[in-house]
Amino acid sequence: MESNKFVVGLWDHEEVYLHAIGHIRKKGIAIYESLTPFPVHGLENALGYRDTRLHTTAFIFGATGTTLALTFMTWVMTYNYPLNVGGKPYWPLPSFIPITFELTVLFSAWGMTLTYLVRNKLWPGRVPRIFDKRTTDDRFALVFDAEQLTEAQKNEIKSLCTSEGAVEVKDKVFAENEGL
Amino acid sequence: MHAYESEFREPLINGLDKNYTKITDDLVAPTERITPLWLIATLITGAGAAFFVFCLTWTVWFGIGTWGLNKTIGWAWDITNFVWWIGIGHAGTLISAILLLFRQRFRTGINRAAEAMTIFAVICAGMFPIFHMGRVWDAPFIFPIPNTRGPVWVNFNSPLLWDVFAISTYFSVSLLFWYSGLMPDFGTIRDRAKGKTRKWIYNILSFGWQGTAKQWQRFEALCLVLAGLSTPLVLSVHTIVSFDFATSVIPGWHTTIFPPYFVAGAIFSGFAMVETLMLISRKMFSLEDYITINHIESMNKIIVLTGSIVGIAYLTELFIAWYSGFLYEQFAFYNRILGKYFWAYAIMMTCNVVTPQFYWIKSIRRNLYWTFALSIFVNIGMWFERFVIIVTSLADDYLPSSWNYFSPTWVDWGIYLGSISVFLFLFLLFSRFFPTIAIAEVKSIFRIASEVSKVARAKEAQSATASTGGFVGLQSIGPLDKDAKN
Repeated sequence: MESNKFVVGLWDHEEVYLHAIGHIRKKGIAIYESLTPFPVHGLENALGYRDTRLHTTAFIFGATGTTLALTFMTWVMTYNYPLNVGGKPYWPLPSFIPITFELTVLFSAWGMTLTYLVRNKLWPGRVPRIFDKRTTDDRFALVFDAEQLTEAQKNEIKSLCTSEGAVEVKDKVFAENEGL
Repeated sequence: MHAYESEFREPLINGLDKNYTKITDDLVAPTERITPLWLIATLITGAGAAFFVFCLTWTVWFGIGTWGLNKTIGWAWDITNFVWWIGIGHAGTLISAILLLFRQRFRTGINRAAEAMTIFAVICAGMFPIFHMGRVWDAPFIFPIPNTRGPVWVNFNSPLLWDVFAISTYFSVSLLFWYSGLMPDFGTIRDRAKGKTRKWIYNILSFGWQGTAKQWQRFEALCLVLAGLSTPLVLSVHTIVSFDFATSVIPGWHTTIFPPYFVAGAIFSGFAMVETLMLISRKMFSLEDYITINHIESMNKIIVLTGSIVGIAYLTELFIAWYSGFLYEQFAFYNRILGKYFWAYAIMMTCNVVTPQFYWIKSIRRNLYWTFALSIFVNIGMWFERFVIIVTSLADDYLPSSWNYFSPTWVDWGIYLGSISVFLFLFLLFSRFFPTIAIAEVKSIFRIASEVSKVARAKEAQSATASTGGFVGLQSIGPLDKDAKN
């Protein structure tokens, strides 16, 4: 079941924030989510995320495009409707190169972007949970799942955040399935 | 913690009052108000765009005969405009993709608007070949779609077909690149929105962006790969456009130098158009702190480089025409310089070869008025380059009895000027409703390349030398170039 109760810590400097993540994780406290207004370098390492495999999808889709372009043009020019164009060869590989290249790029870019949208759960009309409005502006947030936590445990997390330089710590409770 | 940044580099974000909050406020501000200037400009260009639609309707209704084309000159302003617009688009991809791969931080201030320009320029470009078909309702058949005539497929040997694939791929990949960068910034606008409708609209535009660490990680991977894909793509697009001419047997077109020469020319004209628009919009939306003189100087350096490449290409072309000993090629070039279109050649040479050389002088590179004026010259010169290549080569062909002269009709003029209006109209709409500067990317260089952080680091360094007492090294010179105050 999705949690609805959270503790949110907000920082205003990315370097303090990165240090804080290291210290908090060392204490064995699980970080539910990390939100920043821009990509912070070293954040995924600090959080212990593994590398994204999105690059691989680009390669796979690109290779699909290459294959499709070459096989389709070969099929058209040699089998389906061989046409004599000014006495040129029926299978002119060099003139296939530009279209093959373009289709490789096209498939790779579209395939990767669509995979990116699916994996990131982004689509027009999606209503996300906003833990704090300022995380797209000037605040770096850490979100802790507080569904199972006692009051004492919550306070421990809060005081830890404050001692690690958080400028603000608060509770955030969503109604069931509520977003935005 | 930071990437290394030389203290002698000028800041890319000016103003000592800047912080993340201020950056958001400044960059979102243009989307939150309507200025009278914007309204007037939009109405005028909107009227121009309507006239564009009118002229195209006229063309479709009465046929291509309404253009100034004749039997000898079957390609004139349409293809000139097509190549001109495609070239203008190239700077956007260069800034967003190639400068990303080269880790040039100055791209962050101008990439968003330049990418938007790419998309609008390609839209304008695409109109010309499509409407030149005459029977525009048959346009879908430029793609290899199954049909009931055999099926007869498109000719995969033809550079014109390669162009179809190149331009459509270029358009759609540029759109992806641009929009994936826009999503986080739409999220920023959504979270500041006061009204419910505004919040709802920008949430849809942002695709529900949150900015979680995993989203950003994938975002960076996506940007890097799209940049890696767009770099060869943008070079291939103008290469293939040049194949339209280079693979033909028309003297003046049939040259192997065309691909690199067209690509350099495209980047050259594209940067000129970026400057023309950015100089206006930085003033209109008070973005002087984010698009600094430093940005403009960097672009001027690219203009002088690509302009010089174009100049060398012109001279090489002339030399090879003479050196080849091929009578028809020699005639074509003699005709370009001294024939009936000598004035077009002279405008092209002056605007493209002489104009950019002014940028060797630093004070001109850093002067807004000079930059604006010279960027207009380059825009004009690059239009004439395409006109010279296309029309002068066709006008005097192998058969003297069919030699002819091209004069544009009012429809030609209307479509050309109309396309400029469409371009400006779309750009104005974009700059009113979309964040013109990539907010998240500007924030990501704030700790490295802003004036605030540079001054802070200089103070730190000074207090360090003061406490150790001895070494007074480079740091004592101060963090900023003396011209950086602008």
